[in-house]
Amino acid sequence: MNITELTVHELQEKLKSKELTIEQITKAYVENIEKHEKDVQAFITPLKENALKQAQEIQEKIENKEITNSLAGIPIGIKDNICTKGVKTTCASKMLENFVAPYNATVMEKINNESMINLGKLNMDEFAMGASTEYSYFKKTRNPWNLNTVPGGSSGGSAAAVAANMVPWALGSDTGGSIRQPASFCGVVGLKPTYGLVSRYGLVAFASSLDQIGPITKDVQDAAILLNVIAGHDEKDSTSANKEKVDYTKALKNDVKGLKIGIPKEYFGEGINSEVKQSLEKAIETYKALGATVEEFSLNIADYALATYYIIACAEASSNLGRFDGIRYGYRTENYTDLKELFRNSRSEGFGAEVKRRIILGTYVLSSGYYDAYYKKAQQVRTLVKKEFDKAFEKYDVLLTPTSPTVAFEIGTRSNNPLEMYLADICTVSVNIAGLPGISIPCGVDSKGMPIGMQLIANKFEEETILNAAYTYEQKVKFRENYEPTFKGGAC
Amino acid sequence: MAKEDYEIVIGLEVHAELSTKTKIFCSCPTEFGAAPNTHTCPVCMAMPGALPVLNEKVVEYAVKAGLATNCSITKESKNDRKNYFYPDLPKSYQISQFDKPLCTNGQIDIEEDGTTKTIGITRIHIEEDAGKLNHNEFGSGSLVDLNRAGVPLIEIVSEPDMRSSKDAENYLRKIKSILEYIEVSDCKMQEGSLRADVNVSVRKIGCKEFGTRTEMKNMNSFRSIVRAIDYEAQRQIEVIENGGKIEQETLRWDDVSGKTFSMRDKEDAQDYRYFPEPDLVAIRLSDEYIESIRKNLPELPESRKKRYLEEYKLTEKEAKMLTASKYMSNLFENALKICGNAKAVANWLLSDVSRILNEKEIEPDQIPFTAEQLAKMIMLIEKGTISSAIGKKVLEELFENPKDPEKIIEEKGWIQISDEGAIKEIVMKILENNPQSIIDFKAGKDRALGFLVGQAMKETKGKANPKMLNDMFLEELNK
Amino acid sequence: MQVSREEILHIAKLANLNLKEEEIDTYLLHLQDILNFANIVSNAPVDDLNESIGANDSYNVFRKDEIKVFEDNEALLQNAPEKERNMFKIPKVIQ
Repeated sequence: MNITELTVHELQEKLKSKELTIEQITKAYVENIEKHEKDVQAFITPLKENALKQAQEIQEKIENKEITNSLAGIPIGIKDNICTKGVKTTCASKMLENFVAPYNATVMEKINNESMINLGKLNMDEFAMGASTEYSYFKKTRNPWNLNTVPGGSSGGSAAAVAANMVPWALGSDTGGSIRQPASFCGVVGLKPTYGLVSRYGLVAFASSLDQIGPITKDVQDAAILLNVIAGHDEKDSTSANKEKVDYTKALKNDVKGLKIGIPKEYFGEGINSEVKQSLEKAIETYKALGATVEEFSLNIADYALATYYIIACAEASSNLGRFDGIRYGYRTENYTDLKELFRNSRSEGFGAEVKRRIILGTYVLSSGYYDAYYKKAQQVRTLVKKEFDKAFEKYDVLLTPTSPTVAFEIGTRSNNPLEMYLADICTVSVNIAGLPGISIPCGVDSKGMPIGMQLIANKFEEETILNAAYTYEQKVKFRENYEPTFKGGAC
Repeated sequence: MAKEDYEIVIGLEVHAELSTKTKIFCSCPTEFGAAPNTHTCPVCMAMPGALPVLNEKVVEYAVKAGLATNCSITKESKNDRKNYFYPDLPKSYQISQFDKPLCTNGQIDIEEDGTTKTIGITRIHIEEDAGKLNHNEFGSGSLVDLNRAGVPLIEIVSEPDMRSSKDAENYLRKIKSILEYIEVSDCKMQEGSLRADVNVSVRKIGCKEFGTRTEMKNMNSFRSIVRAIDYEAQRQIEVIENGGKIEQETLRWDDVSGKTFSMRDKEDAQDYRYFPEPDLVAIRLSDEYIESIRKNLPELPESRKKRYLEEYKLTEKEAKMLTASKYMSNLFENALKICGNAKAVANWLLSDVSRILNEKEIEPDQIPFTAEQLAKMIMLIEKGTISSAIGKKVLEELFENPKDPEKIIEEKGWIQISDEGAIKEIVMKILENNPQSIIDFKAGKDRALGFLVGQAMKETKGKANPKMLNDMFLEELNK
Repeated sequence: MQVSREEILHIAKLANLNLKEEEIDTYLLHLQDILNFANIVSNAPVDDLNESIGANDSYNVFRKDEIKVFEDNEALLQNAPEKERNMFKIPKVIQ
């Protein structure tokens, strides 16, 4: 038995039947990190010793029956923009290279309450701005399916670590696709919950009205389990929804008979790679075979949504990142004589090029004279996008699209053309604009063996619907049994 | 042209710190005077990832202020970010309100020399205060203390309806008094919890267009505001008279030199890039909510004044002066409850107490003694334990070292001599030493009696009962 | 909309960023590219639509006015690049 290949629900069973101990599990993961990290480069701050020590303590507590919950001792990896008290939270930026948060994010409190073990902080694009994890200040994470390709982003470290079995599961964050797209590139499951379902308190903000934390897992059942842990109202986050708690694992019925699936045809047009398209078409046939009704329809908002996304996300980011001024924490330049220089030089030296590019765009669209043409208009388009989705969900339970127009691309091939990079977010951003839940699950590989992701979208707070739809498909297709990462390619 | 040909136009933006227990967006205490950065948390320190949650009392207090100043309450409101960099602003944006302030379109009346004038209130919005920069006297830099960062403020913006520094003072006093009455701010100007940005422009009388205005920020004393307006108006008139143009700019008033100075260089023209705060949700106020606040609004100065006229038979002037400050007015009512003599309490407050406040240049909220202490002092006079001359001394003492007046007179040995034997002894002694006064009195010079009483008071350091002295001198002189 | 060199320098100043001489053209090019694309929003059929504030339509989320003291005050200053007497030290600011 290879421990690290097991899903969390499988680990739970083995723990219950005493086939495995917490310490064995943690040790297996630590060993796997040691084995693959030099190739994959997923971690910014690994916590190997800490994890082993914690495993021992938790094992004792379990034996003494001080802890009885079923997730105690299960390891996890955390994207490095989620605040962890006492452990560095860098956002993959020089700006926060040495920053230790004075408090835990609400999701970390929840993880800690379950006595789960943090294996480390995972790489990402700087401040979550990017789609390839190439914009990390520290390192470029590589895709375990082909080390010459990117893992996607911005939660590339999380997705790669899960795919490489360096963590059993991980937390990511998704502002415009940052959970779903890397999950798709790495052949794992990524869920972006409804805006407001998971507390954002302690998630270093990129775009406040779009950000959500969510699970990246090996399978759908694990996604449901981890969502159970992190979902829930938080009085520290004003945008957190005050909803009754749901057990998402109960939604996994392995049955989609009568499910109404809408296929927005605009997401299958120009710009979508033909192999991706083919794979998705096959998935659609599978759903039909499983008893779902599938219908094509027009959701003509993709381009508007993408432009709106970049306007809103960058505007909010330009303001959210104002706090990094070199005074209370973070990078301070050595090169200043007055306050103005302290501000400008700290920010100019501490932020990477992509972050500055987005701050400049965001500042521009909010500045006097342009606000109405861009920001105000974008907020109206946002209303339009919501309305169009509302209309779609009057007819359909689930919308099905590709997660990304392409599979993982080679490292260094896109990072010089920002607009091209932005256009690749076309399939995912409208979900954030409308605040909807979306899940990406693997639905096949291309001719080079690279995973392809399928995105399922539901109406607000209908996570159960897409979890069941994804689960039913997964049970039928059994992607994990047929494919696995090869770690091929090599150090570039 | 002369100064008389110009009209001054003034508008005020008043910032009042709300007297909530906690800050506007986090649960840190607002209390003044704590050790640096001890009233802080991840939210008000703008730690990465921290989020604001609006204090319900802030909305309630702002609505109260709006209703007390006859504003319309905005039913669908929101918060916005105002973006600018400054070391006392930890997020590099201030959460404020831009286009949907909680209150709009109000007005209040001010009075001067018996005429009433209405000053329009454009809007009242809620926002957070900034931190404080301390200047390092010995070292090389400045030090940032964020205890005040996130303390709730309302900003009350007036229409440019004031025409003199006196108008501005009356308006600000009225605003202060209203906020004190409705108990939403303690308005302590010396602690900066009430401060005003003053906009001044001038125009030739008869001219309909406003002149270009200048703004003086963060003024926190009535005296400076009056001086600054007078100075700035005069300066503007001189510039115009000399063929110059007024530039729209922010000025700093310097109390020492009595002049205004330009504050920001022009290249840093501000662009605050306001946009809706995405970390907060909309504020929706129901009619029921607004009405319940209206119903529970405390008595405002106008109606209190009316009551004083009717119940206590005070004069219009007395009632107005007493109710101008809630502290003064409360002192009056509370002392009255104890001693029962409205006229006496009013007299003491409006004459000696007000005189001392003026001399000390302090506001009624800084009066150190309690209503009970004042009432006791008045009762001691009524009982004849002390004379009113001693009463004045007791009052001075109450300002310096407030304690029970009985203790004061005991410690100072100020108890009035009302013992007949003791009085007689003094009278006889004074008569013996002033034979000429006896002759003068007998010759019909009544003033001699006053002189003798004065001598006796001097001899007893004011402690002798003046009526008894008077009677006994008369008795002896007429023998 | 065409962005000028002066404009991008003004924007950088507002954002408190320096742009090196050799960076200006690249940033200008990228900004122009993205704005050209973003202009698509001006053609969106949104005439009668309200502006969304955020992703959800909730309202009136308030906190009670009750003091909660943050327990780890010391940790709040642990990341300060420079501090003195429990305050953050910065170059002298003349107000």
